[in-house]
Amino acid sequence: MTSILFIEQLLNGIQFGTMLFLMSAGLTLIFGVMGLINLAHGSFYMIGAFCAALVAGITGSFWLALGASLCGAAIAGVLIEILIIRRLYRRDHLDQVLATFALILLLSEGVRWYFGAFPLYLSIPDSLNGTVPIFSEIIYSKYRLFIILMGFLIAVGLYLLITKTRLGIRIRAGQNDREMISALGVDISKLYTVVFALGAALAGLSGAMIGAIQSVEVGMGEPILILAFVVIVIGGIGSIKGAFVGSILVGVTDTLGRVFLPDLLKIFMQPAEATAIGSSIGSMLIYILMALILITKPSGLFGKS
Amino acid sequence: MIIEKFLNKWILFLLLIIPLCGLVFEEPYYITLTTKVIILAIAGIGLNLALGYCGLISFGHAAFFGTGGYVTGILSFHALNDELLFSWPIEFFGTSEMLIIWPIAILVCAALSFIIGLLSLRTSGVYFIMITLAFAQMLYFFSISWPTYGGEDGLSIYLRNSFPMVNTMDPFTFYLICLVWLVIALFVSFKLINSAFGMAFQAIKENEERVKSVGIETLKVKLIVFVISGTIAGLAGSLYTDLNRFVSPSVLDWHTSGEIMIFVILGGMARLYGPIVGAAFFIILEQTLGAYTENWQFWLGLILILEILYVRSGILGLFDKKKNNE
Repeated sequence: MTSILFIEQLLNGIQFGTMLFLMSAGLTLIFGVMGLINLAHGSFYMIGAFCAALVAGITGSFWLALGASLCGAAIAGVLIEILIIRRLYRRDHLDQVLATFALILLLSEGVRWYFGAFPLYLSIPDSLNGTVPIFSEIIYSKYRLFIILMGFLIAVGLYLLITKTRLGIRIRAGQNDREMISALGVDISKLYTVVFALGAALAGLSGAMIGAIQSVEVGMGEPILILAFVVIVIGGIGSIKGAFVGSILVGVTDTLGRVFLPDLLKIFMQPAEATAIGSSIGSMLIYILMALILITKPSGLFGKS
Repeated sequence: MIIEKFLNKWILFLLLIIPLCGLVFEEPYYITLTTKVIILAIAGIGLNLALGYCGLISFGHAAFFGTGGYVTGILSFHALNDELLFSWPIEFFGTSEMLIIWPIAILVCAALSFIIGLLSLRTSGVYFIMITLAFAQMLYFFSISWPTYGGEDGLSIYLRNSFPMVNTMDPFTFYLICLVWLVIALFVSFKLINSAFGMAFQAIKENEERVKSVGIETLKVKLIVFVISGTIAGLAGSLYTDLNRFVSPSVLDWHTSGEIMIFVILGGMARLYGPIVGAAFFIILEQTLGAYTENWQFWLGLILILEILYVRSGILGLFDKKKNNE
């Protein structure tokens, strides 16, 4: 029985991890190429989810909604990059942190203004509703399995994009030496806009996919943004590989910790105490993990020192 | 510079005159509002030491502000319910005496900022920003999931903690207590900034390598500044709990860290009176815009972005001709 629960929760952790990867891949790319800390990345997650809910409400199609989340977040990304973010690349980290923090206030309140304070709902399409048997006794939600699959597909797609295409070569060159590639005739400001929009689109897509499990509301991007920060700190800032490993590690640790720590503590504690302490420590587990990794490797698992 | 000094006197004058008017015209609301500005300014003064003078971009000062707040809340909660807090080495039932609460809050926050500082200062740059943020979030989630002290709902303490000989429930009395703390915080930072130690940590902001090369252990200096900074913020948190007679996880939320940072930046970084101006401006904005629209944070965000993109020197900097010409 416990082994079934364990595998189920492990899959939940991986599902959470793949969504975290979509967020942190964008964050780490934007930091790696442009040197920008983007706190407003969570806002694209929110914008994507709202676009999806809006389109799903009008057309009733989940697939169009997913497309809308990608496009909506990418368009918002392009606009915001051109209007505001572009002026921040040469500034120090403090200005970037504050300006993007201000951007969160602006975007969150803007969305609240337009859509109202009530959460919207996005429903899972019929074809993905229900469960599917995986091994002999284990049944698992189709939709969550779909999320895991999408996450892995996008991870592979990103890998191919970065290693095999011209755009990928430019992105890698941008990470290594910005001045050199602009001297070689690459339109660097267009490259920046493209990278920013790509990151925003990935965040928007993950917002829409998670929005179908949870609710679509203002501020939904903030908890996951901070987790994405933990992920890229663990993985090493600027490294996509690090973001992937970090995401899965954080997703699995967080999910398993919350579920199993109380049970584990019950072996040598009163049940009530074990539940309270277990759930509190469970919620802190990833931060403890991050502290441990930083003590041993201050620039993350795959970061350049 | 002369205009700025003149302005600083005006600010202190206003912090005195508004509550006095409130007292005369029996409008306690303005006294409480000024008290709130003062408390937030103290937190800002704390952060300004680390952020403005030493260049340590801490995005996690809510951890200290909130811990100061929770220490106060918990001590007072135990005293109120006559419940044992710990039984070793002595039996301790909490307390509602500010004179006992303050030293405890200071010690706890100093210890916490020592631990967080020790771990975070191993890194620098973006890592430092994110790690301080992450530690504050860790405490935030802990406060939410720990049911004993209210969890998500927060903790009410009903009565303000007491101070010998005076009635702290009187808004003006409590305002005076906070004002004294503000003056102490200003005095401590003024003395620190102008000391040899202060020269060292301000030099670290400019060029850490050079400071190292003259034989100063920069890690130690940064850690000490971080601890002092966190402790001052923690004390402000303790006063904040007493002001509201309530503490909830929102004091540990990362928005609180952001807001404390906004006080420092809006007022002008590395200016002694900057956080006071910033906190005052923030509260005035909240009150005036908030009266017109529910979405005042939208306009706050817009003002902040414009400030960062075009003004860059904070409100006090606008009056400082010398700096602007640089």
